[in-house]
Amino acid sequence: MSKRVLSFTLNGDPTEVIVKDNMTLLDLLRDKLGLTGTKKGCEQGECGACTVMLDGKPVNSCCTLAVECEGREVVTIEGIAKGGKLHPIQRQFIEKWALQCGYCTPGMIMSAKALLDVNPHPTELEIREAIEGNLCRCTGYAKIVEAIQAAAAEMNWEEGKA
Amino acid sequence: MVLPNFEYMVPKTIGEACNLLLELGKGAKVFAGATDIIPPMRDKAFTVDYLIDLKHIPGMKYIEYDETEGLKIGALTTLREIETSPLVKEKNPAVAHAAKVVASTQIRAKGTMAGNLCNASPSADTPPILLAQNAKVLVQGPNKDRYIMMDDFFVGFKKTALEPGEIVTGFVIPPLKEGESAAYIKHAVRKAMDLAIIGVAVKLTMDGDVCKDARIALGAVAPTTMRARNAEKALIGKKLTDDVIVEASLAARDECSPISDIRASAEYRRDMIRVFTKRAIKQALEG
Repeated sequence: MSKRVLSFTLNGDPTEVIVKDNMTLLDLLRDKLGLTGTKKGCEQGECGACTVMLDGKPVNSCCTLAVECEGREVVTIEGIAKGGKLHPIQRQFIEKWALQCGYCTPGMIMSAKALLDVNPHPTELEIREAIEGNLCRCTGYAKIVEAIQAAAAEMNWEEGKA
Repeated sequence: MVLPNFEYMVPKTIGEACNLLLELGKGAKVFAGATDIIPPMRDKAFTVDYLIDLKHIPGMKYIEYDETEGLKIGALTTLREIETSPLVKEKNPAVAHAAKVVASTQIRAKGTMAGNLCNASPSADTPPILLAQNAKVLVQGPNKDRYIMMDDFFVGFKKTALEPGEIVTGFVIPPLKEGESAAYIKHAVRKAMDLAIIGVAVKLTMDGDVCKDARIALGAVAPTTMRARNAEKALIGKKLTDDVIVEASLAARDECSPISDIRASAEYRRDMIRVFTKRAIKQALEG
């Protein structure tokens, strides 16, 4: 069984960890690094519960090998709150009641963050396209879309003030 | 569930990758996005001894356009990069559209058109639009490079014309000249994260209202993406009236050979080929 030292940036911190070649990024995060905010759903790239950002882009961590992340930057749901303050997307998911069981939520939020980072003024269609790979079986998406719209507005407002 | 064991390899040049693939033989597989590799490995649908990651090879991630040769896309360019490229959207919007309807944003952020092609699944979304436009597939082997025309690329169910040690490095899609247009329509139950029940791609070359040339490619209705040659013949040399378009769509329906599976019955697929061939021709005509 092949193992190697993986060096990458995780939630802003340089990280070195020994991984097996056949380990997925999802298993590395959850089982080895204890970051269980990223959820394990279908393990087929279908449900989006395991979505994280790899070099700023949303990817299914179940369909990514840990070794593929050498030298790259990974951001998980644990890495987006700053200074003990929730990220606006997290806050608006609570405000707008955009979750019920909560299992899809970290993945939804990471897809939303990847969108808003590059497109601060998305249309409703762009928001729906951004979460096309994230399944929610509870709320039916309307509240989720509202939360992302509200977060975009809040982030633009904060930026305007600064 | 844990993936079966394999050794991960990271060649730094295309030559090194070809040699590895040749030396390691059947137990090795090259990959870029990994999104079509990891799920079947997890299902134990196949196992490999070596996985060769192509992502560290320079010079295979590009989108360029040339008036003579057309659109050039590197094999490591992701589907998301193709779908969102202003150059692709301007010069060949049907290619951008075919890339966009694959799976989900997350899959397209990693997956490539080269992987979509080399996997050689008959229901894949990008092969029909490449076949309809008779793209060149650029290939590097251990000793020489060459190209394979899309007409010759698929040789059977999940089988390509690639020789041992050969790797796809890019695509060249001919320019759409005056009077030429292309379209791809996917028919699926869901808008995202779903495989095509059927797909139809069309390229038309018009001289006024007369069709000078037509290429029609069908997805998910044969062991490989296929040309609908009888449907093409029904269009070529004719004014594209509604009757002529209907005749072509009936020909496409009759020449495809779909199977029944979880997504649709053979009968339904056949009839949808009729409907979507008609729509794709009309969409291409509208430019």
